[in-house]
Amino acid sequence: MNLSMKWLKEYVDIDASPREFAEAMTMSGSKVEGYEVEGEEIRNVVVGKVLKVERHPDADKLVVCSVDVGKSEPVQIVTGATNVTAGVIVPVALDGSTLPNGVKIKKGKLRGVESNGMLCSLGELNLTVNDFPYAIEDGIFLLQEPCEIGQDIQSAIGLNDIEVEFEITSNRPDCLSMIGLAREAAVTFNKPITLHTPEVKGNVGDISSMLKVSVLNTELCPRYSARVVKNVKIAPSPRWMRERLRACGVRPINNLVDITNYVMLEYGQPMHAFDYRFVKDSTITVRNAHDNETITTLDGAERKLSPEMLVICDSEKPMAVAGVMGGEYSGIMDDTNTVVFESAVFKGASIRTTAKKLGMRTESSGRFEKGLDPQNTFPALQRACELVELLGAGEVVGGIIDIDHTDKTPRTIALEPEWINRFLGIELSVDEMVRILKHLGFGCDGKTVTVPSYRTDVLHKADVAEEIARIYGYNNIPNTALTGTANGALTEEQKFRSTINELMRASGCNQVETYSFISPKYYDKIRLEKDSPLRSCVTIVNPLGEDTSVMRTTMLPSMMEVLARNYNNRNPSASLYELGTVYIKNSDESKLPQEDNVLCIGMYGGNVDFFTLKGIVEALATSIGTEELDFEAVTNNPTFHPGRCARVTVGGQTLGILGEVHPLTLENYGLETRAYLASLDVTTLFNARTALKTYMPMPRFPATTRDIALLCDDMLPVLTIEKAIRKAAGKILEKIELFDVYKGKQIEEGKKSIAFSLILRSSEGTLTDEQTDAAMKRILKAMEDLGATLRI
Amino acid sequence: MKQAIEQIRKAAMEELASINDLKALDNLRVKYLGKKGELTAILKQMGGLSAEERPVIGQLANDIRVDIEERIEEFTARIKAKEQERALAGERLDVTMPGKKFVIGKKHPLDSVLDEVLEIFLGMGFSVAEGPEVEYDYYNFEALNLPKDHPARDTQDTFYITENILLRTQTSPVQVRTMEKQKPPIRIVAPGRVYRSDAVDATHSPLFHQIEGLVVDKGITMADLKGTLDAFVKALYGKDVQTRFRPHHFPFTEPSAETDMMCFACGGKGCRLCKGEGWIEILGCGMVHPKVLSNCGIDPEVYSGFAFGIGLERIVMRRYNIDDMRLLYENDMRFLNQF
Repeated sequence: MNLSMKWLKEYVDIDASPREFAEAMTMSGSKVEGYEVEGEEIRNVVVGKVLKVERHPDADKLVVCSVDVGKSEPVQIVTGATNVTAGVIVPVALDGSTLPNGVKIKKGKLRGVESNGMLCSLGELNLTVNDFPYAIEDGIFLLQEPCEIGQDIQSAIGLNDIEVEFEITSNRPDCLSMIGLAREAAVTFNKPITLHTPEVKGNVGDISSMLKVSVLNTELCPRYSARVVKNVKIAPSPRWMRERLRACGVRPINNLVDITNYVMLEYGQPMHAFDYRFVKDSTITVRNAHDNETITTLDGAERKLSPEMLVICDSEKPMAVAGVMGGEYSGIMDDTNTVVFESAVFKGASIRTTAKKLGMRTESSGRFEKGLDPQNTFPALQRACELVELLGAGEVVGGIIDIDHTDKTPRTIALEPEWINRFLGIELSVDEMVRILKHLGFGCDGKTVTVPSYRTDVLHKADVAEEIARIYGYNNIPNTALTGTANGALTEEQKFRSTINELMRASGCNQVETYSFISPKYYDKIRLEKDSPLRSCVTIVNPLGEDTSVMRTTMLPSMMEVLARNYNNRNPSASLYELGTVYIKNSDESKLPQEDNVLCIGMYGGNVDFFTLKGIVEALATSIGTEELDFEAVTNNPTFHPGRCARVTVGGQTLGILGEVHPLTLENYGLETRAYLASLDVTTLFNARTALKTYMPMPRFPATTRDIALLCDDMLPVLTIEKAIRKAAGKILEKIELFDVYKGKQIEEGKKSIAFSLILRSSEGTLTDEQTDAAMKRILKAMEDLGATLRI
Repeated sequence: MKQAIEQIRKAAMEELASINDLKALDNLRVKYLGKKGELTAILKQMGGLSAEERPVIGQLANDIRVDIEERIEEFTARIKAKEQERALAGERLDVTMPGKKFVIGKKHPLDSVLDEVLEIFLGMGFSVAEGPEVEYDYYNFEALNLPKDHPARDTQDTFYITENILLRTQTSPVQVRTMEKQKPPIRIVAPGRVYRSDAVDATHSPLFHQIEGLVVDKGITMADLKGTLDAFVKALYGKDVQTRFRPHHFPFTEPSAETDMMCFACGGKGCRLCKGEGWIEILGCGMVHPKVLSNCGIDPEVYSGFAFGIGLERIVMRRYNIDDMRLLYENDMRFLNQF
C-alpha cells in the first residue's frame, strides 16, 4: 500500500519529516518499507513561456526558441519538437539542471546555434499522458496548469508529494486504505482525525424501476450494495484526483474508473462498475457458479468456473467472478451511458480459494480474502456517487439497493486491566488504556471494549493487549530476565551427534550441508537397482523442479553431487562428511515418513584409499566404545566397486556400507578419479556405543610376543583368519595385528602370505613357555582347518 | 719416590693439556691410574717404605690420583659437551620449512553458528527439542491458528506431500508437539530445516534453517520476552548492541513483534546494509496466542508464554560476510576450508 502524504494531511495534521513519520508509524505497527519524495531528482526545471520560434539557419528539423523563464533576459533554446509555437507554456530544463534518472542538462551548441537548456516532454519528467491527458506523448509538454513563469516545475504540476510505501500485515486489511492509515497516524502522533461523511443528491429517477438484485448465497455475500448513475460523461479526472492516484501507485484512466479506484484507496473497499447495457433484463443475481459454466474475464481469458465459486450474473450469464475480476463486457467503455456501482462484501476464504483456483490474484481479491468490514460498503458507495456528482461525471439515480445480511451487533470484549498489565509486564492506568482504545476507534467505558466493525482482527483480550502495547510502545515495556530455575541440557542423542561431529572433524573431514530433496534421477546416477525399496520415496506434489522433487532415502547421491562439484571445481582432494536425515516412506501414506539420522562420508584424492575410509570408520567405532565391527565383502551393490565394498555390522546389527565407488557410477558424475563413500546409521551407532566407560587396570605381568606368517588361499578373508586365531588362542591373546600381506614372487598363484603379530598375556601371572607353545599349537591347528599353513 | 710421584703428576698434567678426544683421555687414565699404570706401579713399591714414610707417600699418591681423576673428569665433560655441540649442529633444521600436514576437518558455518546460538540458550536454561521435517498440516498450520483458508498461508509457499502432509515451512510445529507432550514449565529451542517453495538465488533457498524458541509457565510476560531476546542478541553480537521490538503480526502469537538490532555498519544512521533504516531484522517473536495454548491442552487463564523464531542463514551470512546463500549448500572445499 502506497500512501500520499498530501492526501493524508486532509485527515490528520502531520508535520513530521518523512523519516520521523516512517519511524513512528513503523513502531506503532504500520511498517514503512520506504518513502519517496516526488520530483526529488528534478533540479532547476522551471515554467517558461515561449516568446518567439525561428527556423534554425542550418537545420531543417530544428527550431530556435526564445523562452521567458522569469529572468531579466529570455533564454535561447534549440529544439527538434514540432508542437512549439509562440505563447505556449512549457517546462524548461535550464543549464545545469537534473532530470529524473540522473540526466544532466548543460548548455551547448546545436548545429552551430547556442542552446541554453531543453524544453521537456512528459517522458523526460517521468510522466505519462495518464497524468496529463491533455498533453501528447511525443512532443513538448504544453502546460495548461495555472502557474507562474519561472516557477519550479514540481509545484507547478503538483509533483511534490511524498509517497510512503507500507507493508501491511494480513490481519489489518483496514490499513490498506487512506482512512485506515489516517486512523493509525492520528493515534500514533496523538492528533485528532477529520473524517468526511459523503453526501449524495441522487435525485434523478428511482433505482427500483431500473434494477433488481437478488443474493442467493448470503453466506458468501453477506452484503451487496448498489447504485445507478445515468448520463455518464467519460472524461479525464481532475488533476487533484490524478495526482493522488499517481502518488498511491495507481494509473489514472478516466473519471469513472478513477472514481472506483479512488474509493478503493480511500475506504479500502473494492468496487465494480457494470455497464448497464450489458446487464441482461436489468437483473443482478449473486449465486454460485453452475457446473461447467464459463466466463471470459476482462483480460480476455476464458475461465472455467466450478460450483464453489461465487459469480455476479445477469438473467443469463455470469458478468463477474465475485470479488476477483469482471467479465469482458462488464467494464466501462467510451460509449457507456449508464453504470451500476457495486459495493459488496464477500467471504474472504471463498475469494481466496476461487482466486487461487483460477490462478488470478487481483488487487480486489487480495483485499477481500483478508476479510473486509461489512459496514464499509455503504459509505464507500455513497462516496463514489458523491464523487460522480462532484466531477460532473453523470447523474446519480435516486435510491439505493442494499441487501444486508450482516450482524450489526458490535463485538465486545471485557477490559481486564490487571490481566493486561500482568501479561505485558507493565503498570498502565485504566484511564490510559481507555484513552488509547478510544483513539483507535474502540468504544470503551473502562469495563468493556466495543470493537469497531473495521477491526475484524480483534477477537480476544490478547488482541486488546496488543493494541494497548503497540500504542504504549513496545520499547517502553521493560526488559526482564526469566525467573525460576530450569535445567538446560542436551539429550544423550544430541550429545552423541555432537561427539560424532567432533570425531569426524578429528579424522580430517569437512562437514557439509546438502538439500534433503533430490531428483528421482539421482537414483539412476548411483546405479540403484530398479526394484530397490529406496526408490520408493516421499514425493513433493508441487516441487520447484525435478531436481528437488523427492525426499532422499539415501545420502549417497547428495554426497556424490558434492564430490563431483568439488572435482569439477578442480579441488585436488576432498574429505567430507554430513550428518543428515533420510526420509523413509510410510506404507500408510496418510502417516508421516520415518526420519533417520545418517552419517555419510565421501572422499577422493590425496592418497586416500579404501583402507583410509575403513580406518576412519574403525577409529570412530573405537572412540565411541562399540564392540568390534564386523566387515563382510559386498560384491553386488551397483553403486560400489564389486571387489572393494563392505557391509559393516556391529553386534549382528547392520550399521551401514562403505567402499570404493564403482567406475560406472564415477562416470555418471564425471569423476575421473577414484572416490570412496560410507553411509552409517546413527541410531545403530548410538545403540552400540558404551555410554559409561569403566577403567580397566593396567597389566601387571609381562607380555610375550609371537609373529606368525601363513600361506593361504587368496580369497580367504583376513578377518576370518583373525577370528579363528582369537578363538583358538583364548583369552590370553591380548592383541592381534596384521603386519604384512604379500602376493607375487615365490608365492603360488591364487595364494597369499599374511603375517600377524600376536601379543599374549595373562592377568594371573607371567606366561610360561609351555603355556605360550600350547596356545601357538592350538592356533596352528585352527589354521590348518582353514587351509592355511605356517610359512617358514 | 716422592720425586717420582711428583714427576708422574707433572707428566700427566702436561699430557692432559694436549688431549682433545675421549679415547686419548681414556688411554691416559689407563696409562697413569690403570691396574698396570705408572702411579699404581709406584704404589706397589710402597711396601719397601718405612712406617713413617708410608702414610706420607700414601697421602701424596692419593692426592695426585684424585687430582688426575678430577682433571680427567673435567676434561671428559668438556669434550662431551663439545662433541654433542657438534652433533646438534649437524642436526640443524630449517625451522622455516612447513610442518607435516595434519588435517582437522572444519565445522560447516551453519553448524558453527547454530552451536553458538544453542549454547547461549542452554545457558539460559533452555533444552533442545526436535520434530519431524515432513509434518502434518495440522501441526504446521492449523494448531498454530492458521486454518486452511487463512491468507497468511500465502506468505509461506508450501511444498505439499499429500493434502494433509507437507514439508514444514517453519519450526513452529515443534512448539505444538512440545506442548502436547510436556506440561509447563517449558523452556525449549528447536533448531531445524524448513522448506518454502522459493527459487534458488543469492538470498533465497527452498530449504533453510530456523531456530524456534518457546517458554511457557505461570506469569510469563512480554517484558520477559523482551529481556530474554535482548540478552540473546547481546550474547551473540556483543553487549553494546541495541535492540528494538517492532509490532508485527503472526497468527500464533499476540502481541507479535519483530526484533531488530541497530545496524552495526552505520550505527543506526542508515546505510546500504540496513537499506537506510538503521536497523537490521533479527527474529520474529510474540506472546503465545491463547488459542494455541488451548489447542495444546494448556489453560491460557493459568499459563502464558512467549515464542520466537530465528533464521539461521541470515545470521551466518552476516557473520562471515557471505554474499550468496548458495555457497552454504555447494560445499566447495575452498569455501569450507575458510572456517
